[in-house]
Amino acid sequence: MMGRIFGAGILLLALLLIFLDLGQFDTPRALWIFTGFWVLTAFVYAVVRGEMVVYVFKRILEAVFVIWVIASLTFLALRFLPGGPFDQEKQLPPEIKANIEAKYGLDKPLLTQYLTYIQHAATGDLGESYKYLGRPVSTMIAETAPVSFQLGFYSLLLAFALGIPIGVFAASRHNTLVDNGLMIFAISGVALPSFIVGPLLVVVFSFGVPFASLKGFLPPALWESPIYYLLPVITLGLRPAAIIARMTRSSMLDVIQADFVRTARAKGVARHVVLYKHVLKNSLIPVLTISGPLVAGVLSGSFVVEIVFGIPGMGKHLVQSVTNRDYPLILALTLVFSAMLVLANLIVDLLYTVVDPRIKLS
Amino acid sequence: MKQNSFWNEGWRQLRRNRGALWSLYFIIFICLVATFASWIAPYSFETQNVDRTLLSPNSINWLGTDELGRDVLSRIIYGARMSMSVGIVTAIVSLLIGGLYGAVSGWMGGWVDAVMMRVIDILYAIPSVVLLILVGVVFSSVQIFESPELKALTGIFLALSVVGWVSLARLVRGQVLHVRELLYVEGARAIGSSSWRIVGRHIFPNILGPIIVMLTFQIPSNILFESFLSFIGLGLQPPFSSWGVLANDGWRAKSYPHLILYPGLALFFTMLAFNLLGDGLRDAFDPKMKNRS
Repeated sequence: MMGRIFGAGILLLALLLIFLDLGQFDTPRALWIFTGFWVLTAFVYAVVRGEMVVYVFKRILEAVFVIWVIASLTFLALRFLPGGPFDQEKQLPPEIKANIEAKYGLDKPLLTQYLTYIQHAATGDLGESYKYLGRPVSTMIAETAPVSFQLGFYSLLLAFALGIPIGVFAASRHNTLVDNGLMIFAISGVALPSFIVGPLLVVVFSFGVPFASLKGFLPPALWESPIYYLLPVITLGLRPAAIIARMTRSSMLDVIQADFVRTARAKGVARHVVLYKHVLKNSLIPVLTISGPLVAGVLSGSFVVEIVFGIPGMGKHLVQSVTNRDYPLILALTLVFSAMLVLANLIVDLLYTVVDPRIKLS
Repeated sequence: MKQNSFWNEGWRQLRRNRGALWSLYFIIFICLVATFASWIAPYSFETQNVDRTLLSPNSINWLGTDELGRDVLSRIIYGARMSMSVGIVTAIVSLLIGGLYGAVSGWMGGWVDAVMMRVIDILYAIPSVVLLILVGVVFSSVQIFESPELKALTGIFLALSVVGWVSLARLVRGQVLHVRELLYVEGARAIGSSSWRIVGRHIFPNILGPIIVMLTFQIPSNILFESFLSFIGLGLQPPFSSWGVLANDGWRAKSYPHLILYPGLALFFTMLAFNLLGDGLRDAFDPKMKNRS
C-alpha cells in the first residue's frame, strides 16, 4: 500500500515538474525540495522494505570507491597528456609561466598535487578553471548541468515513451507486415548515429532541403524554449528508442509463450489485458537491464548533440577542456559524468526488485 | 572428415536468413572496397582542386566535391579503409585482451576471479566516452607505425582497444564459468587433461559462438566510436579520411547537404549490415539467445 502511494506520488510530482518545465513556469524551490524529500523517503522505504539496507550501503561505499579510482586515473592520465595547460602558440616568458604554475600549485611534486586535489574534491571544492579565469568549476557545471540534464531526461523519456509501445505493438502482431515494418524501422534507428541525424535535421530545418516548407519550421539550434528541445531530443532519443523497441518486442515474445499467459487467455481474460498486465509487466526486466547502458549512451550522445545544435550544456565543455588541458574542469566533468552513471546503474538495479519481487539483491 | 554439426546447422540457418546473408555480402563488398581503395577510388583522398570546390554530385565527381575540391566519393572509399580497419583491428585486439582476461578469471575462480571482476566493474563504471577522449588524447602522441595512415590511427587503435575489451572479458568469463561445470569438462579433467588442454580443446570451441556474435556487434560499435571521436575533432585529422571525419566536414559545411548525406549513408548501411548479420549469427550460433532479435 505504502509502495503504491510513494510510486503514485513520484509519478505525479514528475508530471508536475515536467509540466512546469515545458510551460516555462518558474518552478518554486520548495517544490524541488519537496520532490527530493519524497523521492528520498520512497527510496529509503523501498530499501528497508526490501531488506536491502546492507546491500545499498555496500553499493554506496562501492560507488564512492569507484569514483575515487576514476578521479585518480583521470588525474594521472592528465599528467601524461602531452602539453600543459599553459602551453599556447605564443610562448609565455618562463618566469611568468613559473608564476602561473606556482599559483595553481603545478610546481609541487605530483603526489602533493594529487593529495591536495583529492582533499579538495572530497570537500566539494573542485577548484577554478584555468581558462575561464576566476571562474569556479562548480559554478560552470551548475550553470550548464541543468541544460544537459533536461536534454538527457527528455531524450530518455522519448525513448521509453516511443520504444515500449512500439515494441508491444510489434509483438502483438508478431510476423505480420506491421511487425516487420516496425522492426525494419527500429533496426534502422539502431544504425543511425546522432552525429549523422543531427546535422541532417539541421540541414532540413535551416535550409529547407529537400522540403522548402520545413525551413524554419522548428528552430535548429539553441535551447531557449520547449520548441527548441524538439530536434535535439529526437536526435538523441532515436537510437535508444529503437533499442528499447527491439528489446521490448523480443522480451514480449519470450513471455507470450509462458504458461501463465496461456492460463490467463484460457480463463477468458481480455486480450489487451493479458498483453499489458501479464505480458508487458513480465517483459520489463530485460528492458531495464539495458537501461543502464542506455543512460550511458545518452550521456555520451549528448556531447555530439550539444555541439551540433549549439546547446549550452556540459558536453561542449568536455571536449574544449580536454583540448585546453583545463585540468580542474576535465576532472570535475569526469567526476560528474561517472557519478551520474554509477547512480543510474544503482537505480536500475534497485528497480529490478520493484518490477520483479522475486529478485533479492544482496 | 567428422564435421562439426553445430557449425553446419548454424551455417544452414544463417543461409536461410536473407537479411543476414545480404548483409554479409555487403560487408565483404565494403571490405574489398576498403582493401583496394587506391585502385577503385577515381581520385586521391587528399588531392585538392580549387577550381572545383563544393560542387553538387555531377558526372565528373559522382558525389560532388568538398570545400577544398576533394572528390567526396574517393574520400568515402578511403574513409571505408580507415573506418573498417579501425573497427576490425580494435575488435580483434579487444577480443585477445578480453578473452584472455575473462578466460583466466573464469577458469581460476575464487578470489582471483573476484579481484579480476572488481577491476572490470570499476572500468565498466567509467563512461566510455570520457575514457575514450582521455585515452585517445594520451595515446595520440604514441608512434608505432611508419606509414602515415597507420600513424594517424595509432591513438584511436589504442584507445578503442583499451576501452573495448571490458565487455568481451565479461562475456568470456561468464561463458567459461558456465561451461567449466558441464559434464564433458569434468570428464576431460577426470582422464587427467591439463588445464591448457581443457580450455583450448574443450571450452574454447564451445564458447566460440557467443564470442563471434559479440565480435560482430563490437565492430560496428568501434566504427561508431571512431567516427564519434573524429566528429568531435579528437580522432583522425584531415586530410585523412574516415566516415567520422567526413561527417564532421559535412556538418561544418552546413548548406551543402551532399557532404553529410553520402558519408552518412555509407556509415548507416555498414552499421545496418553489421547489426543484421549479428542478429542472424546470434540466431544461428547462440542457441540460448534465439528469438531475441
